[in-house]
Amino acid sequence: MSEHYSDRDVQREVTDLEGKSATAARLFDIRRIIGGLFVIYGVIVTIAGFTASDADLDKAEGVNINLWTGLGMLLLGLFFLAWLKLRPVAPPPPGVVPEDEQQK
Amino acid sequence: MQTPTTPTTPTYLAAELRLPTNWLDYTILGIYFVVVLGIGFAARRSVKTSLDFFLSGRSLPAWVTGLAFIAANLGATEILGMAANSAQYGVYTTHWYWIGAIPAMVFLGLVMMPFYYGSKVRSVPEFLLLRFDRAAHMLSSVLFAFAAILIAGVNLYALAIVVEALLGWPEWVAIVVAGFFVLAYITLGGLSSAIYNEVLQFFVILAALIPISVLGLKKVGGWDGLSDSLTASHGADFMTAWGGTGIGSDNPLGANWLTIVLGLGFVLSFGYWTTNFAEVQRALSAKNLSAAQRTPLIAAFPKIFIVFLVMIPGLVAAVLVPKIGTSGSDLQYNDAIPYLMEQLLPNGVLGIAVTGLLAAFMAGMAANVSSFNTVFTTDIWAKYVVRGREDEYYVRFGRLITAIGVLASIGTAFLARSFSNIMAYLQTLFSFFNVPMFVVFIIGMFWKRASMKSGFWGLLVGTTAAMVNYFVLYKQDIVDIPTDQGANFVSAIAGFVAGAVVMVAVSLFTAPKPAEELQGLVYGTTSPGMAEPPAPGDEAWYRKPALLGWSAIVLAAACYIPFSF
Repeated sequence: MSEHYSDRDVQREVTDLEGKSATAARLFDIRRIIGGLFVIYGVIVTIAGFTASDADLDKAEGVNINLWTGLGMLLLGLFFLAWLKLRPVAPPPPGVVPEDEQQK
Repeated sequence: MQTPTTPTTPTYLAAELRLPTNWLDYTILGIYFVVVLGIGFAARRSVKTSLDFFLSGRSLPAWVTGLAFIAANLGATEILGMAANSAQYGVYTTHWYWIGAIPAMVFLGLVMMPFYYGSKVRSVPEFLLLRFDRAAHMLSSVLFAFAAILIAGVNLYALAIVVEALLGWPEWVAIVVAGFFVLAYITLGGLSSAIYNEVLQFFVILAALIPISVLGLKKVGGWDGLSDSLTASHGADFMTAWGGTGIGSDNPLGANWLTIVLGLGFVLSFGYWTTNFAEVQRALSAKNLSAAQRTPLIAAFPKIFIVFLVMIPGLVAAVLVPKIGTSGSDLQYNDAIPYLMEQLLPNGVLGIAVTGLLAAFMAGMAANVSSFNTVFTTDIWAKYVVRGREDEYYVRFGRLITAIGVLASIGTAFLARSFSNIMAYLQTLFSFFNVPMFVVFIIGMFWKRASMKSGFWGLLVGTTAAMVNYFVLYKQDIVDIPTDQGANFVSAIAGFVAGAVVMVAVSLFTAPKPAEELQGLVYGTTSPGMAEPPAPGDEAWYRKPALLGWSAIVLAAACYIPFSF
């Protein structure tokens, strides 16, 4: 590295790498994973809620906590899947600043 | 790195905390591990350049980086530690959130981010290289890399003892399994994989903490019941944020309002949130300046409310086990959340809670590993050891050093097993390192005259001063500070003042950096990166950084009102 490693060197290096970067084009959308996992968890835990024993209910202060948590997780999962469906990320056309996606 | 709290000394959890897990809970945990690895494999194809591997190609949307920013902080040592803090000190815990985090996060987003992101640096030490010189750069890179591995190891060890107590796995199994998963997903997918897992972890943690808090409150008769019992047993100040913090008056925290505001709210918190690369890296991976600015601001809103999810379990545990943390009980303060999990959660939600806890440990470790590999590769290796190679070489090296970093953390985890007190001290020690970093940044960013040499000396002397205060003046009882917490706050102030004085003094006697080399690094100058036009859609009012930032400040201040009178 020369003595004068300056702002301009970093700007040039990083801009160059940004041009070659593949993340924006190839990285999958995390909303699909969050949505999928929470729907699966939601279903499992909700079923555990439907089949809760008296001992389970007594332990949780009489609240069917599995049922409520399961439904909550299911809703969150569906929310992410719906958001993904309604606002998919458009693949950025080359050379154009990608559209900022809808933010929660 | 975590904000310094009650020493999160990995203490042995009580043996009777073994959770009644069954096949259902293990299924939930198993699914999580599969998804974690799946994210790593799926993110692999997005890694083409070193920028993809270390900074996700600077292309992620703000809500993703924002949630990763908060999740990187929400490691399990933070969750268990803050619940412990609440069981011990009560509502004072809110200070670590409302004054000890929000102002610094807003400052990072509104004031500092244009310099960080606009200068296109890839790490916090790289900014020091541009603003000061190679000495400051080397010192901060090496210290950061060392601290990151050490803290990853402490996280791993803490995970092992919690897993051993709760699930009955031998310690070495937990260390190796968790180490392997972190290694696999970061080596495969780089920072994108780490960040995506953090976002996922954020929601799993919420799904774990909300049921615990709700059932805990119900058990002790709601907030009123909780408040009445604790006021009766611990005194009225336990349920207030500021009660008993007058200068000279006595309170369990051992700190007064001035050390809280200056030590925690200003120095410690700004040091942690604005210069700790494990956090800042998340913002640097955002897709444009506006998204980078919004990263800590979006994170600030969950941060304001998460305090309730860690504080309520701590307070409930203090009611249910009045002798918690004393010799009259087997339970330590750190056991608050595991204890409530065991008492209240049936199989199913229990599996979610166990998964959340493990996810939090792994994310705490992964944040350190993914920032370590970036600093080691771009700041140490590519600048001083093997320079000028093709970009693919640095991607390969980044993967290799990730593996070495994880193996080294497994090593430090086993070391921590034999020297857990020493590790707790070291963790405190590195918390001091953030403070002088912050002085150097703040003076370097706002004072053009701060010379090239002043950065190194400010860092060195500031760190030394904070350590001398803590290890000599406090530990040897030369000055009288009642608690570790109080001493942390004072050490931070000492480090800040010493660093600032030395920087000013050195600057007055050495040459300033030429003005043309300071473009975009000092307040009042701009760099080409800052001139980017806003992306379409970013003009929307709810995406204005200033509005988001000031709303967070007002909301945090309003949260204090019910706890102040």
